[in-house]
Amino acid sequence: MSQVADHAHTEHPPHLHHHFHSSAQQAASAKLGMWVFIAQEILFFSGLFMAYIALRYLYPKTFLAAHEHLDVSMGALNTVFLITSSLTMALAVRAAQTSNKKWAEINLLLTIGFALAFCVVKYFEYSHKFHLGIFPGKYYAYTHIPGNPEVFFGLYFVMTGMHALHVVVGIGLLLWIYLKTRTGAFSAAYYSPVENVGLYWHLVDLIWIFLFPLLYLVK
Amino acid sequence: MTTATDAIRPGGGPSATGHAEEKDYLNVDNSIMSWLFTLDHKRIGLMYLASVLFFFFFGGVLALLIRTELFTPGADFLTYFVSGKNAAELKLAAADLYNQLFTLHGAIMIFLFLIPSIPATFGNFFLPLMLGAKDVAFPRLNLFSFYIYVLGALFFLYTLASGGLDTGWTFYTPYSTSTNTAVIASTFGAFILGFSSILTGVNFVVTVHKMRAPRMTWTRIPLFLWALYSTSLIQILATPVLAITLLLLIFERALGIGIFDPAMGGDPVLYQHFFWFYSHPAVYIMILPAFGVISETISVHSRKHIFGYGFIAASSVSIALIGFLVWGHHMFVSGQSPLASLLFSMITFAVAVPTAIKVFSWVATLYKGSIVFNAPMLNALSFIFLFTIGGLTGLFLATLATDVHLHDTYFVVAHFHYVMVGGTLVAFLAAIHHWWAKMFGRHYNELCGRISAIFVFIGFNLTFFSQFVMGSQGMPRRYFTYDQVSPELLSIYTRMHQISTVGSMILGLALTFTLFYLTHSLFFGKKVHNDSDLRWTGESMEWKAATPPSPHNFHEQPIAYNGPYDFKEIDHSLGGGH
Ligand code: HEM
Ligand SMILES: [Cu+2]
Repeated sequence: MSQVADHAHTEHPPHLHHHFHSSAQQAASAKLGMWVFIAQEILFFSGLFMAYIALRYLYPKTFLAAHEHLDVSMGALNTVFLITSSLTMALAVRAAQTSNKKWAEINLLLTIGFALAFCVVKYFEYSHKFHLGIFPGKYYAYTHIPGNPEVFFGLYFVMTGMHALHVVVGIGLLLWIYLKTRTGAFSAAYYSPVENVGLYWHLVDLIWIFLFPLLYLVK
Repeated sequence: MTTATDAIRPGGGPSATGHAEEKDYLNVDNSIMSWLFTLDHKRIGLMYLASVLFFFFFGGVLALLIRTELFTPGADFLTYFVSGKNAAELKLAAADLYNQLFTLHGAIMIFLFLIPSIPATFGNFFLPLMLGAKDVAFPRLNLFSFYIYVLGALFFLYTLASGGLDTGWTFYTPYSTSTNTAVIASTFGAFILGFSSILTGVNFVVTVHKMRAPRMTWTRIPLFLWALYSTSLIQILATPVLAITLLLLIFERALGIGIFDPAMGGDPVLYQHFFWFYSHPAVYIMILPAFGVISETISVHSRKHIFGYGFIAASSVSIALIGFLVWGHHMFVSGQSPLASLLFSMITFAVAVPTAIKVFSWVATLYKGSIVFNAPMLNALSFIFLFTIGGLTGLFLATLATDVHLHDTYFVVAHFHYVMVGGTLVAFLAAIHHWWAKMFGRHYNELCGRISAIFVFIGFNLTFFSQFVMGSQGMPRRYFTYDQVSPELLSIYTRMHQISTVGSMILGLALTFTLFYLTHSLFFGKKVHNDSDLRWTGESMEWKAATPPSPHNFHEQPIAYNGPYDFKEIDHSLGGGH
């Protein structure tokens, strides 16, 4: 009986919270927690995808006509940015796991850079749309598309907007991880936050991989 | 299994010598800040308890106002609360007020009371204790969930202050996109509350997976935790769909984005699909924890090993999973395809099977047990009786042909009150009495507890059984008056509504009385000095902690040498008899 109690006091690294027995238990909990949270995120976006399916089924012609007004090359560029950022993110996690501080910092910065580039492209896309009068919902004012394109663009703004919000949150998380990495908080013994932000970032990437063809490549 | 005697008794409360001066989680620090910023799951559980009770009584007052209005067929009681130039205007204004009352009653009861009720209070308090853990896996996240709950609740209060809400708790489009009441504030409140629920679910799932005491195998987890685990799965997988639905509704209302409103090019049935994809599983968020409580109380207060542990555990999980596939039974008359209705009807029947397995197992547990008719047990028995009626009438509604008649009548209202009040609320009462002494180190008055249980039962049945009768006679739900019907119907409706209103007053008094003697006992109740003062204990780990538990739950890591229902006295008698 006392064996277990003693065991609880053998190891006390600074990152270990008092209610866990060991770093391994803490790390496993953090990781499981993140996976469960990701399940939640997927269900959240699934609502948007279902709305897309239903409305596209209602208005196939409108969707076809309206999507022509999205800029495929911009979307493709953003896809490349995000996929590459997933790679740099994976490298950053690996670097943290192997206590390679410098390499982790570089890769985190690169990831942040790609994320920012994504936002810049999105900004140009949105402002071009607004310029044409393609606003969300009742503010829609572009008359050159037949059918009810405001439904398509409403959905476009909501879907890409929710995704962009996740990108922005991701940038915040990446910055936080980057600053902590610089202070030397992570090493082979403790890297859960890096890993978890990585998981989150891959999810953000993955959602875009579905958004891109659904919105930009309807044909 | 024979050496169960030296099982889990670490630290064992103030009785354990040397720890006599030990502070418990309540008196370890009395400052307000130590409560507001606590990471202790027990204190967080109590803060939830206070909050959900506040909203429960708030919602309860609204219900009594509704019932008072319905005491007579015409418009009268509520007309005193509104202004208007003539009788017709007065009646219209009162009707509006009525719509607001039932909407806020429903929304507050569901989002602010029922959903968090058992998991956030007793779940928070007992989940780590029952696992033999020091805390939940993510204590800070836990506190964060609580504050999100408070924030969401503030949005509801804001709704109340800014013109109210009259859409019904279901926020159906297109009405919710066109009414001039505070839809955005309330749906945003519900959106926020959803995240509180999701984060609690994440915390519980991880805690159950990763924080179990040594030797606590999956088959030694108390059934309350199996129930909470299944509930958490639903919270995590269903609530985000509600979140996105409400967000889309907000965008639709604020920006005119067409998703659900046909006038903007949306599809209103899509809204119903989305809403019920969450809200049917949500009814299991409300009832599964209650099932868990009943498994604990029935077993402890009949001093008998729970019958069919594996079946009860598995049925919780399977209810959670099948529960995702039945949402269409709320839409039988919404124009969904007949094939879809048929399938939804069949799957709904399938859910009744695991549910019935539980009821049979509880009854079998009672069989030949040494039953004590104390307050928790009376409430548990009341639960079995009431929930069974609620569940069985669900089957009437799941039958396509009968639902066409019963849909949107008081029959549905009675059905869901039997499961949500007769089920969840009564289980909540069972839980609060069952664990009161452990939580607070004071005894409530047992006689008061029994009286309350009996009057809750009587008041409840008067209130809601009459609604089955009038509902089957066609009395529609959400109606402000019922004076425009044939004389025969009028006499039935009037009588049933009057019985219902009288019953609701009895129920209200019984619950107020409960609140009173429980609060009284916090200050004046008989103190529990050591474990032998407890009127009962169980074999699950929360009973091995001190009374009240110490801030870190256990002095030494407890070890699960035996299962949660291996009562020693019963084991002895069985040893002799078989
Ligand atoms: C055997 C189990 C159950 C079955 C077969 C069942 C079936 C149904 C059906 C078919 C309806 C739709 C009636 C209509 O609108 O025409 C319904 C409504 C409802 N049920 Fe159940 N139910 C069951 C258990 C529960 C439980 C456990 C709860 C809550 C704890 C619950 C809460 C509700 C609520 C709130 C509604 C009405 C929602 C609304 O329209 O406002 N049910 N049930
Ligand atoms: Cu349902």
